[in-house]
Amino acid sequence: MNDRLNDGGQPEEDTRGYYKRMQSAVEELLILKGVFTREDVDRTVAEIEARDYRRGAVVVARAWVDAAYRARLLQNGRAACEELGLKVGPLHLIVVENTDSVHNVIVCTLCSCYPRMLLGLPPEWYKSGEYRSRVVREPRKVLEEFGTTLPVDVRIRVHDSSADMRYLVLPMRPAGTEGWSEERLAEVVTRDCLVGTALPKAA
Amino acid sequence: MTTINPMPARFKAGDRVKVRKTYPPGHVRTPYYCRGRTGTVERLCGAFPNPEELAYNRPGLPAQPLYRVLFNCRELWADYQERADDVVEIEIYQHWLEPA
Repeated sequence: MNDRLNDGGQPEEDTRGYYKRMQSAVEELLILKGVFTREDVDRTVAEIEARDYRRGAVVVARAWVDAAYRARLLQNGRAACEELGLKVGPLHLIVVENTDSVHNVIVCTLCSCYPRMLLGLPPEWYKSGEYRSRVVREPRKVLEEFGTTLPVDVRIRVHDSSADMRYLVLPMRPAGTEGWSEERLAEVVTRDCLVGTALPKAA
Repeated sequence: MTTINPMPARFKAGDRVKVRKTYPPGHVRTPYYCRGRTGTVERLCGAFPNPEELAYNRPGLPAQPLYRVLFNCRELWADYQERADDVVEIEIYQHWLEPA
């Protein structure tokens, strides 16, 4: 632990928070006990950081151009992701489809459950107490704050990801994208579109 | 997922159910805001080891059926201000549900 000592050999004050220090201590113990290696930790962290919402965008773009794929995606989310070669682990994925009359939005009111194998790490706002408490109580008002205004005749389904399922919103394909390639379509699908706080735009 | 001899499912899609209004300590996955509220089973998701047990390194068996229960927002919040047909769908384990 020489890295915690300054040049004079005096221990520096440890300014990391309690949980950071706890995490480091447990990690070091597990490595010392041979449960896993430092390389395992580094590789796993790299894998986690390499996953982002573009995996989900690819799934949505395919569903927009292939009606049979869309049907399979709504029937069995995990199998449809695996069809595209995405490794999603033991993910129990429920895909919820936006229509002209229904808008879907995802939250985990209890913590921060999120389809990480498909979208990567959740954004800070998704984990915030404010989003988690308000989106089940005044969803339109929260969506307005994201810059998303729904037509008045659209009802909202909020999905509270409170247990073993994970959710992905299948947004509607925006007007003005006729004839676009899957790659170009995927570019208009942002992370927030997949959580339901934004709508894809062709511009 | 362990599905060997799960608890048999008591409910099916469309059934009206009420969430138990109880406040045990521990790693409980039933949000406070739906306790004591009545909703409709949207689907049976399968059976999963009980997370209230898994959190304490116990096996959580037999696996508990997990449902998605659909609640009208006005059932959850008496002063709900937005559309009357808005819903919240919540995952709830069977041992938290009773027939309504």
